[in-house]
Amino acid sequence: MIKAVMVMNTQGKTRLAKFYEYLPVEKQQELIRGVFAVLCSRAENVSNFIDAESIFGPDSRLVYKHFATLYFVFVFDSSENELAVLDLIQVFVETLDRCFKNVCELDVVFNYSKVHTILDEMIFGGQVVETSSSEIMKAVEEISKLEAASNAITLIPKSASGWRSR
Amino acid sequence: MGSQGGFYQSKEFLDLVKSIGEARSKAEEDRIVLGEIETLKRRISDPDIPKRKMKEYIIRLVYVEMLGHDASFGYIHAVKMTHDDSLLVKRTGYLAVTLFLNEDHDLIILIVNTIQKDLKSDNYLVVCTALNAVCKLINEETIPAVLPLVVELLAHPKEAVRKKAIMALHRFYQKSPSSVSHLVSNFRKRLCDNDPGVMGATLCPLFELITIDVNSYKDLVMSFVSILKQVTERRLPKAYDYHQMPAPFIQIKLLKILALLGSGDKQASENMYTVVGDIFRKCDSSSNIGNAVLYECICCVSSIYPNPKLLESAADAISRFLKSDSHNLKYMGIDALGRLIKISPEIAEQHQLAVIDCLEDPDDTLKRKTFELLYKMTKSTNVEVIVDRMIDYMISINDNHYKTEIASRCVELAEQFAPSNQWFIQTMNKVFAHAGDLVNTKVAHNLMRLIAEGFGEEDDTADSQLRSSAVESYLHILGEPKLPSVFLQVICWVLGEYGTADGRYSASYITGKLCDVAEAYSDDETVKAYAVTALMKIYAIEIAAGRKVDMLPECQALMEEFLASHSTDLQQRAYELQAVIGLDAHAVESIMPSDASCEDIEVDKALSFLNGYIQDSIEKGAQPYIPESERSGMLNISNFRNQDHHEASSHGLRFEAYELPNQTVQSRIPPASLASTELVPVPEPMYVRESYQTTIVPSASSDAGSTELKLRLDGVQKKWGRQTHSSATSTSSSTSQKTVNGITQVDGSNTSNSRTRETYDSRKQHVEVTPEKQKLAASLFGGSSKSEKKPATGHKIPKPSSHVVEKSHARKSSMEIASEKKASFQQPPDLLDFGEPTVKSAAPSVDPFKELEGLLEPTTQVASDENHGSTTAAAKSPDIMGLYTETHAGIYDKDDSDILSGLSNPPVTNMFGGTTSMQVAQSSKGPNLKDALEKDALVRQMGVTPSSPNPNLFKDLFG
Repeated sequence: MIKAVMVMNTQGKTRLAKFYEYLPVEKQQELIRGVFAVLCSRAENVSNFIDAESIFGPDSRLVYKHFATLYFVFVFDSSENELAVLDLIQVFVETLDRCFKNVCELDVVFNYSKVHTILDEMIFGGQVVETSSSEIMKAVEEISKLEAASNAITLIPKSASGWRSR
Repeated sequence: MGSQGGFYQSKEFLDLVKSIGEARSKAEEDRIVLGEIETLKRRISDPDIPKRKMKEYIIRLVYVEMLGHDASFGYIHAVKMTHDDSLLVKRTGYLAVTLFLNEDHDLIILIVNTIQKDLKSDNYLVVCTALNAVCKLINEETIPAVLPLVVELLAHPKEAVRKKAIMALHRFYQKSPSSVSHLVSNFRKRLCDNDPGVMGATLCPLFELITIDVNSYKDLVMSFVSILKQVTERRLPKAYDYHQMPAPFIQIKLLKILALLGSGDKQASENMYTVVGDIFRKCDSSSNIGNAVLYECICCVSSIYPNPKLLESAADAISRFLKSDSHNLKYMGIDALGRLIKISPEIAEQHQLAVIDCLEDPDDTLKRKTFELLYKMTKSTNVEVIVDRMIDYMISINDNHYKTEIASRCVELAEQFAPSNQWFIQTMNKVFAHAGDLVNTKVAHNLMRLIAEGFGEEDDTADSQLRSSAVESYLHILGEPKLPSVFLQVICWVLGEYGTADGRYSASYITGKLCDVAEAYSDDETVKAYAVTALMKIYAIEIAAGRKVDMLPECQALMEEFLASHSTDLQQRAYELQAVIGLDAHAVESIMPSDASCEDIEVDKALSFLNGYIQDSIEKGAQPYIPESERSGMLNISNFRNQDHHEASSHGLRFEAYELPNQTVQSRIPPASLASTELVPVPEPMYVRESYQTTIVPSASSDAGSTELKLRLDGVQKKWGRQTHSSATSTSSSTSQKTVNGITQVDGSNTSNSRTRETYDSRKQHVEVTPEKQKLAASLFGGSSKSEKKPATGHKIPKPSSHVVEKSHARKSSMEIASEKKASFQQPPDLLDFGEPTVKSAAPSVDPFKELEGLLEPTTQVASDENHGSTTAAAKSPDIMGLYTETHAGIYDKDDSDILSGLSNPPVTNMFGGTTSMQVAQSSKGPNLKDALEKDALVRQMGVTPSSPNPNLFKDLFG
């Protein structure tokens, strides 16, 4: 299964972190720092795989891909295939790119919840559920549509009542 | 799409991100974030905030926590948001909750109810959101609360929901296998779901189940094989294609499963040979995902019962990986090689130079993988070279985790294959000197034992040689500063036991050295204790030999210090030493016999030496000892039970539970036996029937006949295949098409290779193999064990290998050329793929095709011929797909250039595809350039990406 997905920029700032097994915040930070330390010491034109056992414990592999200012990092165990996960990153980034039209780092920062939505459509409870970028897009668009609709309806009558009644 | 609206979410959030981006130091960032937390704390507890604002606050909280700060004050608000009616707010709430909370958090109890309600929602998106939360937030205790609902969702009309319900069930299984073990049959059932996506999702839990227990799933071998066959024959909808590969992710999962099922099972494996062989032939090795599938094939082949033909294909694939320029592929190649050499060790030899290249590669990951491979292929003939290399690498790295691992591997290999004592001792010295503190103390004890016992069967002279060489090397090493503690312990022990044994070193020399050790490492009590005991042994040997012992002055000073030490252990040892020195030769001999570390110590369990003492006591009137088992009055339970068993007419206490009434026992059996076949087994038998009826009705209507446990895969076949094909004809026609595919593929690549090779051959002569490498290769891979043969192989190897290298480079460069061109056209076999009727604008990519027209002509000819065949077959029925292909074939027949333009339009999804897709992408991006520049300006202004000069930040995605 997939253990974690991280997106961080080249200066080590976390842009997205999702752990599929619960970890306390401090531990998450420690892992992210550990990953970044390894990533920035990697030369270019080397493989996209890193032996992650020293950071994440036994039976963990790490695949990363560097796009512009961002590192996309997937951590997983031996039930996945490294090359396939590399393509999964590709699918993820492609989807982001289609969703945000020429995606850049700021899109990821500001549309935090949307990026999570996309990721949730791809990976569900640590397992890959969808690998087709257009299918993911379809699902995400449907969600946005419904969200927009529900927002429009509820804005008028609900905004006053819901939270005041507590 | 919300992206445009979302980009400027709010001024405040923008400012926050901006100021964090501009922060120069971690401290400054922390200050900003803490300020933000204060603001949020104040605002969020205000009862009058509109929901929109609340949503943003929660997102900001999530952001803050992602940066590593505590946001627990807002958790309760996130929980409250999940109760909201608006989907937008609810989803935000769920997102925050899944990120904030763990399954054991106190607040979970407040969410379970909401989840239950949402799982029953009419809106499938709400259901999906709730299922997502279920995966993260439900623990063993709360599983029963949602389990029936999740099981019901397995029959939901929406495939997205079914898929997620399966995943949720899988998650439950991971968290607590016992709570869902009775539902495992559902996974089998879902394997023949109408929707391939659901089937694919089912493979995840099945893979895990099969990993745990292979034997109960052997019956599924044929089903998996047939599914895999259908997938590779492109029977799945086009939407499952990825980079022209039919559902590669499903293929990978299936191959993984087959590898497990076929392992050591000849019969099962034989069923797989054909389909795996097919994949080997069909796989497109130019794309990343194609190689992923190939790699999985190799893994499968090396796991199932070996088949020579498949092994050959696997070896070919490996050599392609290893010859590739991509580090990723080399890595996979090395890994695959490591798997395959277990079955056919001889395959390693032909890749020796590639392996050595990988060993010297600057890429650490690749290097480590190669060491793993070398570790697997170590023999007594190459152990020296491999261990030396490992130690060199071990010295060069700082990563303690890996250092430990490689050190223990070195030790293991050295113990197993050491060619000589000398070498063994030296190797161990190196390992200990550089990674001493990291290796297990057990390793040190092993080393001591080995020095004491020798290598076994050999004569005593060899053993004493080993010892004296150890002593000598240790005395030498002691001159070095800062040795690891474990190593010093070994040194002290060996010097104490054998320091003076061969007579080359005097006692005073050795004791002097030992004192130096104790002084130099005065903060290490264990080392000091070892040193004192070593001193005692040396003095004891001296005394026993009748020589006069005079303690060195520094030694005496040391002893005085130890006599007053805080450590009682050290004190005791020092006192013992003092006492031993005062004794005569005879007494010392019996206290400290020389070289007796290997003697077995006999333990007198009966304590017979106390007999006299006991006799005395009894004579004086003491009570004789009664063993515990015979003591009466204090009956222990085990005793009691025995009695109880013997005397059936029990009159004592009974410790067993009362037997259950007969009725309940009986009523318990049916649900247990039903459990495997039941769709929804529930503990109470009465309830079973009801829920069984209610839930089974929808499922039965959704997929006919799935109520039986038996898989009906012929049904599945029809679902995915074109409906018109009867099962028999469809398989035969499709396989024939396949073989044509295979042939044309081979043809195409061969011709292109040969053409390019002629032209570019002159270029690649520059590569030569250095003699050093050859030597290394020879010593690593030289199969024979005789040392005289080594130079011979060393000379022999260069010829074929350099030949191979030349060839490989020829191929490589031809591949380069080909790939340049390939950037603009699809691989020949893909030309057959007329399925997609998407002919749009593809003008720019025609030119490169014209160049290749001659080359491709035969292929297209065959393709169209073949297409005729299939269309005629398909035309028999009014199939829409058939109509498509027919019309297409008609058009293509008329005009060849038409085919090319039609075919050269790859689906836009193809990112690796090359220029066409790039152009499409760029043209779509064209008008956006202004946007991009604006974005970039903003980015710079905010200092998020100060170093990046390019406006299209993700441009390299398409490069």
